[in-house]
Amino acid sequence: MLEIKNIHANIEGKSILKGINLEINPGEVHAIMGPNGSGKSTLASVITGKEEYEISDGDILFENESLDEVSPEERAHKGIFMSFQYPIEIPGVTTTNFLKTAINETKKARGEKEMSAKDMLKMLREKSQLLDIDSKFLSRSINDGFSGGEKKRNEIFQMAMLEPKLAILDETDSGLDIDALKIVANGVNKLKNKNNAILVITHYQRLLDYIVPDYVHVLFDGKIVKSGDKNLALELEKKGYDWIKEESKNK
Amino acid sequence: MVHLKEKLLSSFLAFENEKDVDAYVHGIRTKAIKNFEQEGFPTKRLENWKYTSLKKTLQHDYKLFPSKSQTLEFKDIESFLINDIESYKIIFVDGKYCSHLSETTHDGMDICILSSALTQSKYDLVIENYFNKISKKDGITSLNTAFSSEGSYIHIPKNIQVDKPIQIIYFSTGKDESVFYQPRNLIVVDENSQVEIIEKYHSLNENNVLVNTVTEIYADKKSIVKHYKIQNDNNTSSLIDNTFVSQEHSSSYNLHTFSFGGELVRNNLNIFQNDERIESSIKGITIIDENQHVDHNTLIHHRKPNCNSYQDYKGIFGGKSVGVFNGRVLVEKEAQKTNAFQANNNVLVSDKAVINTKPQLEIFADDVKCSHGCTVGQLDKNALFYLRSRGIPEKEATALMMYGFANKVLTSVGIPEIKARINRIIAEKLGVQIGFDI
Repeated sequence: MLEIKNIHANIEGKSILKGINLEINPGEVHAIMGPNGSGKSTLASVITGKEEYEISDGDILFENESLDEVSPEERAHKGIFMSFQYPIEIPGVTTTNFLKTAINETKKARGEKEMSAKDMLKMLREKSQLLDIDSKFLSRSINDGFSGGEKKRNEIFQMAMLEPKLAILDETDSGLDIDALKIVANGVNKLKNKNNAILVITHYQRLLDYIVPDYVHVLFDGKIVKSGDKNLALELEKKGYDWIKEESKNK
Repeated sequence: MVHLKEKLLSSFLAFENEKDVDAYVHGIRTKAIKNFEQEGFPTKRLENWKYTSLKKTLQHDYKLFPSKSQTLEFKDIESFLINDIESYKIIFVDGKYCSHLSETTHDGMDICILSSALTQSKYDLVIENYFNKISKKDGITSLNTAFSSEGSYIHIPKNIQVDKPIQIIYFSTGKDESVFYQPRNLIVVDENSQVEIIEKYHSLNENNVLVNTVTEIYADKKSIVKHYKIQNDNNTSSLIDNTFVSQEHSSSYNLHTFSFGGELVRNNLNIFQNDERIESSIKGITIIDENQHVDHNTLIHHRKPNCNSYQDYKGIFGGKSVGVFNGRVLVEKEAQKTNAFQANNNVLVSDKAVINTKPQLEIFADDVKCSHGCTVGQLDKNALFYLRSRGIPEKEATALMMYGFANKVLTSVGIPEIKARINRIIAEKLGVQIGFDI
């Protein structure tokens, strides 16, 4: 589904990603872990098409098509979604109106019929229950005055509404208490199926107790320095990142 | 080409000769034309007109008295009406009242036209008490006063809640000519009464149109006036809107001005609070582009203690458009415990657009709460990316953010149909087909 080939990316001349290779297939859950500043969030931004980053080498393929020069909205139409580390507040635009626009623009781009108001309402109700979101939230402005936990829940709620093929969860666990974490993880697990894939980006192992990865990759200094299964995450939790840093230096 | 000023001065006699020289207003008009002769049209040399030049607008060869107005049918104007609500309608075509398109009343209140009120003796008392009592004596207002003969006349006596809103709409049709016309509205709302007014100006052709309108509003004790100005004319039309509001004890005046169109729009808004416990709320959304120019010049005059005023103007400027906000709040020494809030927030979406914003607070009382803030910014790039990453294309995402920015002003619009209409105009203006509702 997603093939990252030797991707190099920089921002304002500063090199952040230095040759990343990663392949994600339908039905898989991948986790990317790594210390602060290793390039985790940059990788997420590059996959979703944030324009501030310059790709100096390599390519990203999604369902065998290059994402080069593909706009963020077109990537979304193809089925790529990112849960933001810091969800943006947009006063004056309600969550309902936002999602209605997002879903219908996506359908329009795919040549499908727009969703009827009735079906939209039904879907909003169902998916908000999945994330334990009060219906009052839907008529409030996007993330405006939401707590950290509410914002993250709202991200996964949007994921549930948009039904992406590839969902990237960028530090979704940060700022969540254990109860909120369970709700969010439970939501993600319910959305998981054999046709979609999830890329979890996290600093800590905690979230991976609930969203169990098939593969764990360690990102350090813009490169994937180690890959393994879920046990690698447990090892990192125990031993920290220093041994990885040492190991990669000695290579 | 004769200069417009000379043309106006020389046509005054002919205009006035047709009127009744014994009438009370004759004296007022004669005095006003002298005033205009002295003051002339405002120029950028005046502090209040520093950022708005009428030079280009005044150059056109305007016809002052359209010879024959074109007959309009309901279907011609239907799309300009807010038609999904019951309303009174006072419709003018080329400055002349159009009875077959209007819906007026004399049943317990007067919702009719100024030409009747100026000429029929039963209205003498109201005219003598209110006509031209609060309008400024500057050049542009005096010019309107000198030629004042037609417009809407609304008098709501005591204890009446008007059952439906009143739409006042001025159309111009002049097929082959540029037109200059000057409506004059007088609105008197007596004690404990309520009224909602919607005011619009539309040109139905591509010829140059200049409208210089004066509206005087008197809100007596405990009255509530809700006023909506929808300024969405085409790009060959210009509007100078002079509105004067006089408020008495415990009255409330609430205005929303939506400025989306016209080549040049200048709003001179003056609110006078004459007693205690008065509320004045003026809000606006301006969304313009290309070479459009919109200038909001406001004055709130706090004369007595314990009154509130609230100003909230939002502007979005694209193309080479120019916006001006000049908001003056004057709090007199006697006006203790005044609560005055003013905000002017602007977004520039093009690097060639310009906004001049100037809050002016003059406070002579010492126990007041006055705040003001103006901001000029750009749309947040991260927010734009956020919306796009959810599949909303750049243009629609930008429109959604602009709408969100302006939306706060719309929340206080009391008539849902007006809100829906404004939503549609904004979507049209921003070139998108997304619904902004809910």
